[in-house]
Amino acid sequence: MNEMLITLILILVKLGLIFGVVLSMAAYLVLAERKILGRMQMRYGPNRVGPGGMIQPLCDVIKLITKEDFVPARSDKWIFLFAPGLTALTALLSFAVVPFSPPLTLFGREIPMVVCDLHIGLLYLFGLSSLAVYGVVLGGWASNSKYSLLGAMRGLAQMLSYELALGLSLIPVVMTAKSFSLTEIVMAQSTWPNILQHPLAFIIFMISITAESKRTPFDMPEAENEIVAGFHTEYSGMRFGLFFVGEYINLIVIGAMTTVFFLGGWHGPFLPPVVWFIGKVLFVAFLFIWARGSMPRPRYDQLLRFGWKVLIPLALLNVVITGAIRLAMNS
Amino acid sequence: MNFWRDIKGTLQPFWITLGYLFKKPVTIQYPEEKRTPPPRYRARIVLTRNPDGSERCVACQLCSAACPVDCISMQAAEAEDGRRYAAWFRINFARCIFCGLCAEACPTMAIQTTPDYEICNRDVLKLVQEKEDLLIDGCGKDDEYNYYEHSGVGVANERGGNEDEYGPVDPKALLP
Repeated sequence: MNEMLITLILILVKLGLIFGVVLSMAAYLVLAERKILGRMQMRYGPNRVGPGGMIQPLCDVIKLITKEDFVPARSDKWIFLFAPGLTALTALLSFAVVPFSPPLTLFGREIPMVVCDLHIGLLYLFGLSSLAVYGVVLGGWASNSKYSLLGAMRGLAQMLSYELALGLSLIPVVMTAKSFSLTEIVMAQSTWPNILQHPLAFIIFMISITAESKRTPFDMPEAENEIVAGFHTEYSGMRFGLFFVGEYINLIVIGAMTTVFFLGGWHGPFLPPVVWFIGKVLFVAFLFIWARGSMPRPRYDQLLRFGWKVLIPLALLNVVITGAIRLAMNS
Repeated sequence: MNFWRDIKGTLQPFWITLGYLFKKPVTIQYPEEKRTPPPRYRARIVLTRNPDGSERCVACQLCSAACPVDCISMQAAEAEDGRRYAAWFRINFARCIFCGLCAEACPTMAIQTTPDYEICNRDVLKLVQEKEDLLIDGCGKDDEYNYYEHSGVGVANERGGNEDEYGPVDPKALLP
């Protein structure tokens, strides 16, 4: 009984910690993205509120909360109200399986630094990213607007087709670690990170996760200059904010996934593991912001053709080759 | 070889944006840094004075007529010596579009545009400016010009007595 209570409290503390850290990180990623994009375009970005614009996220939140929460006429009301939460929720839930440090020993107890070390953590992540499609599709469908519907349709096709390439690109990683558990995968990278072992898988992973998370250059579901704002055209106030925050939490999730699967998780010399982990996550986030500042958006059919005709065969080939090499090395 | 071209085209933008990331932004941060507009910039409208310090405006209504948004209004008056002036002169800066047509129309160079662009005000009535707000102490762009010294009207000197003038023609004389 006592043991269970302590475990429960520990889980709650870890949940609270992750919740706070991830949400504030997401808020400041928005600021960082705006500032970095600004500097890439030779302007300053937000720097008016507080020293260097550091209070800008707070102001944005106040603005979003005080705005009108508008529901369009003839929309599917309950689904419309429910969809943004789904996006933010699936993004937040992904953190349950992400290990951010080796197990810590405190007062004689070994505390795993992950909320829940599932044996099928990788599959859990994929399940959640599939569920994230629903936020987009339901939001776009319920809005009763052609632009929303177009955006949702694009999002659906794009996210489903790129999830295949995403899953296939991670099979070599699973082969190396011989486990679906994220902790095991990180443990397997203690000598060298997977990016050196599976460079092709890394490239495929990065491209497909960009499409999967609807970030530029693959932001067709919300392409501003084609379909207004895509699936969240009709949303305003904090519901739009939830979509927005969900997107940036997703960016951290991607960073954490890339770190865990390819960059060696918390492994690194000199600095404490948590610092290495957060540093790598932020570096990957910077890579995505950088890509947003650099790449134009391809056409929609080009995106799908690239996914089905290039990435998936390439990922399959990668799986076969990796398997053959491992087999040859073992025998 | 399209493949290598595409790879290059994918990687090159990253290099360029990274370069720009470390360059100094070109933004002028307005309330702290202010740029000086060029001398002929069209912003605040002023009424200038002659080199001798008298008002230039003769209330001919040309600026008011040229104004496309009708933001200039005035009342003409005449002094004892025949010199015309504006009894009152009003510019509504809330309507002004800073086109500068009034300055172009002015025959006496009284009304002129200046580079002072910080006019905005929360109270719209403060943007309606009277003659005392508009008059400045200097000559503005031309510090030699005095309309009545070229006009043919006997105000500055006797009629026909100005430097570039000849005396009045006698309409009853037979000779041209």
